[in-house]
Amino acid sequence: MSDRLPGFSTLAVHAGAQPDPTTGARATPIYQTTSFVFNDADHAASLFGLQAFGNIYTRIGNPTNAVLEERVAALEGGTAALAVASGHAAQVVVLQQLLQPGDEFIAARKLYGGSINQFTHAFKSFGWNVVWADPDDVASFERAVTPRTRAIFIESIANPAGSITDIEAISTVARKAGVPLIVDNTLASPYLIRPIDHGADIVVHSLTKFLGGHGNSLGGIIVDAGTFDWSTGGKYPMLSEPRPEYHGIRLQETFGNFAFAIACRVLGLRDLGPALSPFNAFMILTGIETLPLRMQKHCDNAKAVAEFLAGHSAVASVNYAGLASDKYNQLARKYAPKGAGAVFTFSLKGGYDAGVSLVSKLQLFSHLANVGDTRSLVIHPASTTHSQLDDAAKTKSGAGPDVVRLSIGIEDKEDLIADLEQALGA
Amino acid sequence: MNHDSYPDNYIRSILNGVKSIAMVGASPVNVRPSYFAFKYLAQRGYDMIPVNPGHVGKDLLGKPFVASLRDIGRPVDMIDIFRNSSHIMPVVDEALTLDPLPKVIWMQLGARDDAAAEKAEAAGIKVVMNRCPKIEYGRLSSEISWMGVNSRTLSSKRAPAPTQGMRLSLNRMSVGGGDTAASDRAAKNKSEQS
Ligand SMILES: Cc1ncc(COP(=O)(O)O)c(C=O)c1O
Repeated sequence: MSDRLPGFSTLAVHAGAQPDPTTGARATPIYQTTSFVFNDADHAASLFGLQAFGNIYTRIGNPTNAVLEERVAALEGGTAALAVASGHAAQVVVLQQLLQPGDEFIAARKLYGGSINQFTHAFKSFGWNVVWADPDDVASFERAVTPRTRAIFIESIANPAGSITDIEAISTVARKAGVPLIVDNTLASPYLIRPIDHGADIVVHSLTKFLGGHGNSLGGIIVDAGTFDWSTGGKYPMLSEPRPEYHGIRLQETFGNFAFAIACRVLGLRDLGPALSPFNAFMILTGIETLPLRMQKHCDNAKAVAEFLAGHSAVASVNYAGLASDKYNQLARKYAPKGAGAVFTFSLKGGYDAGVSLVSKLQLFSHLANVGDTRSLVIHPASTTHSQLDDAAKTKSGAGPDVVRLSIGIEDKEDLIADLEQALGA
Repeated sequence: MNHDSYPDNYIRSILNGVKSIAMVGASPVNVRPSYFAFKYLAQRGYDMIPVNPGHVGKDLLGKPFVASLRDIGRPVDMIDIFRNSSHIMPVVDEALTLDPLPKVIWMQLGARDDAAAEKAEAAGIKVVMNRCPKIEYGRLSSEISWMGVNSRTLSSKRAPAPTQGMRLSLNRMSVGGGDTAASDRAAKNKSEQS
C-alpha cells in the first residue's frame, strides 16, 4: 500500500467513487430512491441513533450524493462535506448550526446579490443579524467583532466584479475573535483556490456554477475543514451540548473533526429539508470530472477577453484581477496563480444605455442570470441580480448602473472576442 | 512516533492485526461514544471486552463487564481507553503489568498523554492517541463515506456489499499519508495553545 498523494485531476475523477458493490457499475449509479431497507430492527435503531454508517432516507443522505460529498471534500482538503439543494440552502444550513436568535455574523459587503438579500432580509426574520464589513479593509472586520459574533462570511473571488479577497488576513481576524471563517468558494472552485489551505474553517459552494459547470443542475455543498474547536465558551450549543433530537448525543465529542458536517446533516438538512436530488448529484459529479480542464480554459479565455476589452475604445474600465494593471492583481498572483477566474465586470463609456444595447446585440453570449456555464454569459447586474439593492449599495458591491458582468465559457476565445467586437462596434 | 498525525499504514496495520480489544471506560448508555464504538467494532468482528468497575455483573451487548484489565484473565491484543487525558496514566501502568503485554494501546478522540505514550512505547507497545478506532476503521474501509466523510482513500476495485459481522478490506490506496493538512494544523494549533 503506497501512501502517495494523488494530484488534483486524479481526485477530481476518483475521490469518493468506487465500482458499485452489487453490480460492478463503474460510473456512479443514480440511486433514485427515497428510502433504504433496514437489515433488522437493531440495524434501523443503530442508523437512527447515528451509531452505524448507512442510509435511511434520501432527505438525510443518499449514496449518489455521498460520492459527490466525498469528492468535493477531497478536492477542498476538508474532512467531510454535505451536499444540499442549492448554494443558498448551503448558507442557511451552515448558519443554522452557528447562530441562535440574537446572534451576529460579519459578512463581506462584496457578495453575490442573492446572498446580500438572503442575509439582510430572510436571515433577519430568523433573528440572525448580519454586520457588513469591507473586504478591501481587513480592519473593518476587526471593528465589527462583538461578543455576539458567531462567524465571518466572505467570497474567495467575489461576485460580481471578480475581486480577490485576502483570505489569510481575514482568517487571522476570525481566529482572534474565536469564530469560524466561512468562505464561499463558488467563483474560484478548488482548482483555483483552496480556502482551507489559507485558514478557512468552512467552505460553501453553489455547485450550480463551475463545479457542475454545464448550466444544467442546481446544487450546493458545505465542506468542513475539521479545524475549529466548537467546545470553547459554549458559543456553539448545536455542536457542544447534548442534543435532545438525538437522546443527548454531543456531536463534537462523538464525531471529532467532522462534527460540523454531521451537524449540518442531522440537525440542518434533516430538519430544514433542502435535499439534493440524486440525479442532480450525478450531473454535477460528471461535471467535476473535467473541472481542471474546464477551469483552466475558462481562465485563459477570460484573460484574453479582458485584455481585448481593456484595449477597446468604447470601454471605460475592466475589473479583472488577472490583468497586470488590476487593483487585485497582487492578491490574484498569491491566491489564484493558475488564473483569476472567469467572472468579471467592465463598464462602458456610454453608461446604462450602452450596456443595454451591448447585451441585445451579442449573438454568442447568452443574456441570463447565472455564471460558471460552459457557455459564455452576460448580464447587467444593476437591473437584475443586484436590482433589489439601492444605488449606493449597488456601487459598493461593484454593480453600478454602467457595469456589465461576463461569465466566460469554454468556447474558442477568437469567437467570443469577435462577438463582443461586433456588438460594441456597431 | 510522531503523535500529531499517523500514516494510514500504521493505523491499517493495527486494525488489520488485532483480534481482541479491551475497552476501558465502555458505557452501557447507548448515546455515549464508547457504546457506539464498542458496538461497531463488535459488528465488524472484533472480540470485544468491556472494562468498567461500575458495571460488573452486567453485560454489554452480551459481553460481561470486568472491573479491570487484570480481571480479563486472557491475553488481549489492544486496549482502547475511553477516559479523559488525566486518567490515562494509571490505565497504561496497569496494562504494563499484563503478561503477555498488549500489542497496542489506543486513546480515544480527545485523549492524549504523551508521557504515558512514551512509557508504553518503551515497552514495545504501539500507541495511537486522539483517534477513534470506529472512525478509522470506517474511513480506511470507506464505509464512513456514506456520511460524506473524506475517507482519504481511493480504490478502483469492487468491494463486496458489507453484511453484519463482516470484516472489511482496509487495503485501499491512501490519499496523502493519512492526514489532512487542515486537521494537522488544527491539532498543532491546539497543542501550541495549551
Ligand atoms: C457566489 C455565489 N454564491 C452563492 C450563490 C447561490 O447559489 P444557488 O443559486 O445555487 O442557490 C451564487 C449564485 O449565483 C453565487 O454566485
